[in-house]
Amino acid sequence: MNDIEKLSYEEAWRQLESIISELESGRLSLEKSVDLYEQGQRLSARCQALLEAAELKIRRVDDDSQP
Amino acid sequence: MQTFSVWQITRHIRGLLDEDAVLVNVWVQGEVSNLTKAASGHWYFTIKDAKAQLRCVMFRSAAQTVRLKVKSGDEILAQGRISVYEARGEYQLYVNHIEAVGGTGDLYRQFEALKAKLKAEGLFDPSRKAPIPDFPQQIGIVTSPTAAAYQDILNVLRRRFPLAKLILSPAPVQGSEAAAQIVKALQALNRRAKVDVIILARGGGSMEDLWCFNDEGLARAVAASRIPVISGIGHETDFTIADFAADLRAPTPSAAAELATPNQEDLRMDLDRLTSQLDDLFAGGLANQRQALRQARQALAYASPLKSIQQAKQQLRQGQSRLHRTIRQDMARLDEILTSRIRALEAANPASILARGYAAVRDEAGHLIRSASQVRRHQRLTVQLHDDRIRVKVEDQ
Repeated sequence: MNDIEKLSYEEAWRQLESIISELESGRLSLEKSVDLYEQGQRLSARCQALLEAAELKIRRVDDDSQP
Repeated sequence: MQTFSVWQITRHIRGLLDEDAVLVNVWVQGEVSNLTKAASGHWYFTIKDAKAQLRCVMFRSAAQTVRLKVKSGDEILAQGRISVYEARGEYQLYVNHIEAVGGTGDLYRQFEALKAKLKAEGLFDPSRKAPIPDFPQQIGIVTSPTAAAYQDILNVLRRRFPLAKLILSPAPVQGSEAAAQIVKALQALNRRAKVDVIILARGGGSMEDLWCFNDEGLARAVAASRIPVISGIGHETDFTIADFAADLRAPTPSAAAELATPNQEDLRMDLDRLTSQLDDLFAGGLANQRQALRQARQALAYASPLKSIQQAKQQLRQGQSRLHRTIRQDMARLDEILTSRIRALEAANPASILARGYAAVRDEAGHLIRSASQVRRHQRLTVQLHDDRIRVKVEDQ
């Protein structure tokens, strides 16, 4: 599993969506669904944190330092 | 060989020109010379360039509509049909409209011509349009950073989606150099790996102000952009060639910024929805598991050996109590027997016989006397009563 704290909003959001559809499919072991749930909670928190902390960053295209 | 009259051959030539698809409606650009405005209201003039000249006539009904102040030496655009003035044997342009070169009408025509050309090439085909990403991480902006439009865009992005990084690729958005600079600005963004979407924007202005966005090279650069381009040029009613070439056309710069980004309020709602869905699914899953577990436990209890153990215990308890009962009865019976024996035994005790008034008689040697024949006269005997002995002497026998 990749480090959730490094995910972009989109990545975290997509993973959250896929966890939900996996949970929706049912047929998971209890252990697996607990894992998924915990992971989903962390992804949701990550998205929330990104929204809270967001601040528009602006640079110029001729700025050499690539982001 | 057939011989024609002058009129016949002139008619023939005229017929050829009149039927020509191009000559029936042309725009011709040139410099006005020998302009004569006749008393009849008709205008007669020639337009020319370095290599040729063309006779023109503009009848009163058309000439009356000309707003432009036309004089000899002006560079103009004249629209009309080419035909032959038979009486003079001259072909000429029968002019309907006159416009100044670079005037609004001229620009509009160029616009339409370029639009038609690029459309025919398929440059505006919907199939060429790239989808706009839902969550742009980096948004390229091509505009003039000194323009109000740039601030409008920043305000919208700050409000809607401050998660994005903006990459400003500055370019002038007005003037003769603008189109080429904008092309460079687009290319600069396309050289960066991570830009997800480009906003190409300019605030409102006159058609001439926006003219650089009708440049063919710019349109091609927009269409060729690897990164999806959203155009937001001028106001709602302004359409430029760049708008048609863009992957998505927004009515204004602010609208372009909105189309480029999700709204964080929506994101928050979506996130809440998804999070509670996650909770529900998990809780539902747990509830199902619990239910299944309950059922399994019931089934297990039903099938359990515990039950037969219970039964065995029950039987054992019953057996034990029966046993106790039986033993108690036996004991009582034995007790009764014992009591009667004891009673019998007691009855047989000599002491108790003596107590009833009987006596045991013994001789001096201690032998029990059972018969009168065992004694003789004057024999001394001992009579045992229940409390003591007395010595007696037989008087008679």
